[in-house]
Amino acid sequence: MKPKTTESHLVLSSSPHTHAKSSVSRIMLDVIIALLPTTAMGIWFFGMSAVWTIAVCVSTCIVTEALCRMAMKRESTIGDLSAVLTGLLLALNLPAGLPLWMAVAGSVFAIAIAKQVFGGLGMNPFNPALAARAFMLISFTGPMTTWLKPICRCKCDAAPDVLTMATPLATMKRLFGHDATASATPHFQQAIDSLPSTWDMLVGNMPGCIGEVSAIALAIGAAYLLWRKVITWHIPVSFIATVYVYSLIAGGAPAYMQVLTGGVMIGACFMATDYVTSPITAKGKLIFGFGCGLLCMLIRQFGGYPEGCSFAILIMNAICPLINRWTQPKPFGAK
Amino acid sequence: MKTVKSPFKFKGGVHPDYNKELARESAIERMATPAELVVSMSQHLGAPAKCIVKAGDFVRRGQLIGEKNGFISVCVRASADGQVKAVEKRLGPAGGMADAVILDTTAALPEDLPPVEPLKPLDWKNATREELLKRVEEAGICGMGGAGFPSAVKLNPPPGKRCEYLILNGAECEPYLTADFRVMLERADRIRTGVEIMRKILGMPAVRIAIEANKPEAIAAMEKAFADIEGNVEIVVLPVLYPQGSEKHQIYATVGRVVPEPPALPIDVGCVVENVGTVAAIADAVEKGEPLLERVTTVSGDAVANPKNVLAPSGTKYSDLLAFCGGTKEDAAKVISGGTMMGFAVSSLDIGTTKTTSGLLFLTRKKVFQYSSQACINCGRCLRACPMNLNPAEISKAVESDDIKTAEDAHVMTCIECGACSFGCPAYRTITQYCRRAKNSIRARMAAERAAAQAAKAANP
Repeated sequence: MKPKTTESHLVLSSSPHTHAKSSVSRIMLDVIIALLPTTAMGIWFFGMSAVWTIAVCVSTCIVTEALCRMAMKRESTIGDLSAVLTGLLLALNLPAGLPLWMAVAGSVFAIAIAKQVFGGLGMNPFNPALAARAFMLISFTGPMTTWLKPICRCKCDAAPDVLTMATPLATMKRLFGHDATASATPHFQQAIDSLPSTWDMLVGNMPGCIGEVSAIALAIGAAYLLWRKVITWHIPVSFIATVYVYSLIAGGAPAYMQVLTGGVMIGACFMATDYVTSPITAKGKLIFGFGCGLLCMLIRQFGGYPEGCSFAILIMNAICPLINRWTQPKPFGAK
Repeated sequence: MKTVKSPFKFKGGVHPDYNKELARESAIERMATPAELVVSMSQHLGAPAKCIVKAGDFVRRGQLIGEKNGFISVCVRASADGQVKAVEKRLGPAGGMADAVILDTTAALPEDLPPVEPLKPLDWKNATREELLKRVEEAGICGMGGAGFPSAVKLNPPPGKRCEYLILNGAECEPYLTADFRVMLERADRIRTGVEIMRKILGMPAVRIAIEANKPEAIAAMEKAFADIEGNVEIVVLPVLYPQGSEKHQIYATVGRVVPEPPALPIDVGCVVENVGTVAAIADAVEKGEPLLERVTTVSGDAVANPKNVLAPSGTKYSDLLAFCGGTKEDAAKVISGGTMMGFAVSSLDIGTTKTTSGLLFLTRKKVFQYSSQACINCGRCLRACPMNLNPAEISKAVESDDIKTAEDAHVMTCIECGACSFGCPAYRTITQYCRRAKNSIRARMAAERAAAQAAKAANP
């Protein structure tokens, strides 16, 4: 057949007529890929209970997203992978061994309340996974703060019958917090000894949420995201640097411990960098990261909870539109 | 004369696929005058020319058919001998309708048709500045790179402003286009002469010849042509980055000056930027008395049988250009007047080329992406890509909800519509289109306000 260029076949559109071929789903997939190392470490240390939590959260998020879109009579958005990512992130921010119905409730909250009520991806003011975690922490305080002891993969010092234990942050708060009670007691040294070694903190051999324990795995994921240009350095660096400097100044537990334990690593690299709920300019990102770090440490030092990372990010999420307004870029050539 | 690397790097920019290999090796080919020409009266920025011929008139090549109509305007001359078939509104590449002279070039001219007084060659070394400026104006020369700003206006800075730098734009950062590249290679001596003429008109400013680093042959050709030139002349090698050819960014990249926001012009920072093709046209107009009646257009794209750089008379219909390049070898799904970043998708091949038609692209379905836009995820890629350092995400969201005021407050009028934001948007949002919509709406409002103010003034003098 002879090639034809008939005018009725011509596509009309506004320029540009070419595209970098990036896509939202590819970005989401990159974040999921970046979370695989820490997911693997979580499963290594917490076993099948972690697998179940992750599976339940991801599948519940997908189903909830589909149902919400159907109820709202809008096109399906499963394909953009954001629901999968929310499910994974939520699971990684939960303790292993949590009753699965609670994981289901949290996932439904994340997608239906924290995301779709506002209009879906791009419209939510708060990070859905963190909003759900806050909801669960308030609703199921006990189970949400019961931490499985990591499975012994090498030599075990602790008695094998101990199944749960306090997180290092809780121990640190008891030892170094502003209302520390332990320092005068003879148990002080014993408590210090119960803190994980630096190596254990790096690989994640300590109690905590499934995905937050392994600093090395999280750093590998963050490096991947930086390499893929999915995130920029601004939020992670300002967040972690603020935590570090704050702990140096405030004293108490060693600064590196404040960074390596709890949710700082996963928060700074994966939760605070969520596009939708963080500022758009580089300057705004620096302010945002600083605010997250500061609030996180204030909660850790003075708050009722041993860990304040997720609340810190949620509060900064709320301030994000204001930061965006403060940090509008100055156009090239503008006075 | 020396060659230097661009000392300043502007913020933002993107790297689209250049696809220049399709046409870059093919030397400029002259096309025979087609049977019919569609010569638009709106070939340039500013007021369209006033048509002074009517249907039935016979015209000779070079004869004035459209008079300059206002300060920012350019005259139009017949690009071939022939008979005027009609003067009617015709579709332009950008979608608007404008008066066009339809010329039948096969008609035999009557023997008693008086000859047209041709423009006489000028000895530019001895000609006055005024003579040279008048010639540029008479020859109907406007910027051939894109916007088509009248060259005579550009070369005549308002009182109190002086041109310190004459910048030659040889960046050609638009994908596919190789017309300027070929002109630099094949008409280097014309560019040299054009520069000397322009330098004389502008009072001997320093000269910067800006070329992207991916055109080493063009850089070599310019080095050779300008080897013995006197004065402060530099070839500035720009990094390969779109939109390096944007006037404001080129000024920054070559001399480090920042043009303030509109309505400021390059002359406000002592610069005049002119496209290399225009410079060659100025040389022809002065030395040979040849008005701007033809130009090199890159006909390219994966649907074209033989991509070429075609020297065709102004008003050559797109269909004739395509036929000259062997037609299409595959179905074309999109036809673009210009490049893929800033060109216009056209709905008809009956449109005639103008002084600014730098390229004509025929793309197959494979190269044409169609998509549905998603919600903005606030990723910030558009901010990082925007060479004007705007916040395209915010502008697009505002315009999406018809909030033109917010877009205006976000400096949307500063947008140069380069397309870098839409190019990289992972949500496939038509950000550039939103910016255009806002700009058009603001311009319409400003025009209405001006008209209202004038009416009020007329009512109460």
